[in-house]
Amino acid sequence: MHDAQTKLRETAKDLLVSAKVDLVLGFQNGSLPLRTRPCFARNAADAGRLVWNRLCTNNLAVYLPRLFEKPANVRGPWTPPKVAVVAKGCDARSIMGLVKEHQVIRENVVIIAMPCQGMISLRKAEAAGASARTSKLDGDDLVAQACLECIQPSVPGANIIIDGPSRSAASDRFQRVKDFEALTAAERWQQFVAQVSKCIRCYACRQACPNCYCKTCFIDQTKPSWAGVGDDPTDLLLFHIGRVFHQAGRCVECDACVRACPVGIDLRLFTQKLVKDVEELFGYVPGTSLEEAPPLSTYRPDDSECFITDP
Amino acid sequence: MADTTEMNETAIGTQPPPAWEPRIVAFLCNWCSYAGADLAGVSRLQYPAHVRVIRVPCSGRVNPLYIVKALQLGVDGVLVSGCHPGDCHYISGNLIARRKFALLKSFLEYLGVEPGRVQFSWVSASEGNRFADLVKKISADIRKLGPARQMKKEAR
Repeated sequence: MHDAQTKLRETAKDLLVSAKVDLVLGFQNGSLPLRTRPCFARNAADAGRLVWNRLCTNNLAVYLPRLFEKPANVRGPWTPPKVAVVAKGCDARSIMGLVKEHQVIRENVVIIAMPCQGMISLRKAEAAGASARTSKLDGDDLVAQACLECIQPSVPGANIIIDGPSRSAASDRFQRVKDFEALTAAERWQQFVAQVSKCIRCYACRQACPNCYCKTCFIDQTKPSWAGVGDDPTDLLLFHIGRVFHQAGRCVECDACVRACPVGIDLRLFTQKLVKDVEELFGYVPGTSLEEAPPLSTYRPDDSECFITDP
Repeated sequence: MADTTEMNETAIGTQPPPAWEPRIVAFLCNWCSYAGADLAGVSRLQYPAHVRVIRVPCSGRVNPLYIVKALQLGVDGVLVSGCHPGDCHYISGNLIARRKFALLKSFLEYLGVEPGRVQFSWVSASEGNRFADLVKKISADIRKLGPARQMKKEAR
């Protein structure tokens, strides 16, 4: 782990000193225990602050779309920056998705592939208490659920690979979805409402998600206004159904929304259903190839019709 | 005079509240299903008067949020209907929509929305009979489910 961090710092320094990139997006230590924060390294000194450990949880792809957007105050020609990103498997899959959706210029991004053993879940660590801070950070005890179910810890489309111990891909990742499906409709609705009614509408899930780059989110629109501004339970339902459904065929299960949620809504239980359906119905796994068309902007003549009502 | 007073008192005091009838919003594509509904009308086919038709250019125009929003506004059922696959006026609008709707229906039912509240079908411009039968079926389905309460926004 420490070797990977040393190599990362050297790599980042080289890239910046040789002006191959303008910016290295990575992690640095945060001011609280078990926390890292994003690091926007623009020179060799900044590169020395980069860290790599099992607390580098954030999905840094979330910063990319706005870096490739021409700033409003620039008139005339503008050259988009060259950016290196410190990426785990999920982050790289997000970047692939953004490239496919024309939000990121692939040629301008250098993906630095990091070895990933699964990231520590702060909630699990907090629940485990002080003992967690020293001893348990190496095993799988405190690893986030999403990482335990990760199908691609290796980084797709990497430009620079930094070696190190990495976890192997999970085989069955949809067990929780299957368990939920097995409940009755009334039980499922009751659980969904119970989860969603915790929402305080801070929209942290949206802000943390690399896929949520819309200029105006549907929940912020006023003409037409999709949902009221208060805490009406049906407005919360509408927001969450809308937000999760917008991830259909795009979500790479990076867990950013779950980590960002201050009230601990189990958002993955719902996003994962769409991941499962997209895989089963259309045979599509987001972020694995740049060639395959996004599943909801294409079709096959023989797509499933089983949901159609016949009189 | 006495008769009128009596009648008024009856009307105000003892008349039962109007019986619940399903309210169904139907998003029909301009080129097939809307024409099919028109044909059903022109042919004087009888079907329950529970659908409120909203004409859309193509079933591909139907945003999933329209459906969820309709449920929030208190409709008891939503029907979306377009051209049969292969017959779309815009070549592939309904084929793209088909993928979206397959996911939406599965997703809503996964969340626990009663199956049958949201239904999708294909009706061509020549299928007046099919449209009438479809509305009969959906109307019966919704009547069986009763008024939709799950997503309905109540005045507070």
